[in-house]
Amino acid sequence: MADQTLDAKGLNCPLPILRAKKALKGMEAGQVLEVQATDPGSVADFAAFCSHTGNELLSSSSEGDIYRFEIKRS
Amino acid sequence: MLDENDLGNAKQMTIIVTKGSLDWAYPPFILGTTAAAMDVDVTMFFTFYGLPLLKKDLNLKLTTLGNAAMEMPMMGTHIAMPNIVGALPGVDAAAAKMMKNLIKKKGVASIEELREAAIESEIKLIGCQMTLDLFEYERDEMIDEMEIGGAATYMAKALKSDINLFI
Repeated sequence: MADQTLDAKGLNCPLPILRAKKALKGMEAGQVLEVQATDPGSVADFAAFCSHTGNELLSSSSEGDIYRFEIKRS
Repeated sequence: MLDENDLGNAKQMTIIVTKGSLDWAYPPFILGTTAAAMDVDVTMFFTFYGLPLLKKDLNLKLTTLGNAAMEMPMMGTHIAMPNIVGALPGVDAAAAKMMKNLIKKKGVASIEELREAAIESEIKLIGCQMTLDLFEYERDEMIDEMEIGGAATYMAKALKSDINLFI
């Protein structure tokens, strides 16, 4: 369902956020970016990032060591 | 001088960067790039020992001296460096190498990478004119993206900002 997927696994703060921002910049409003990360701090960080940028955090979940975020571009 | 951000509702932040060692280079670049990613208009003012972070060729160093809280993970425990050991020739270089290896291993961005991200996200990078003069840096040693300014340039931005940090 995501329009684009970003593999941020193995990256530490603040790289998942910086890469996500870059990916979102290249997308169109309403499109969905899926981010996969292994940084446990990214759970709080993506929530904070989305709350201040107007992008919508559609889902935040984890499977084993992998965190998955779906972000709808504003 | 007004730029478009002064007229809009964008939040603004300034950071005074005064330290240019491998460890202390991180907080300003991490906060600056993250703020920019969160649509904040960011200005970083590099002065004194922070100014070398704007050199074209970065060769960041580290010292263990005088840092009582510095511990490096090693074989499941943490090792601190007594000052008398840290003062020996080669120890700082070894510590810097160890830190760079850790940075790579843990997926932490390099300062080069963060500085590139700062440039890409249009963070204003201001080099302190007085520091350039004082330590005799040439303009062409520094990255092209550096703007030059002084205390008043910084103050004009800081007075309009929501967050001002000194690091």
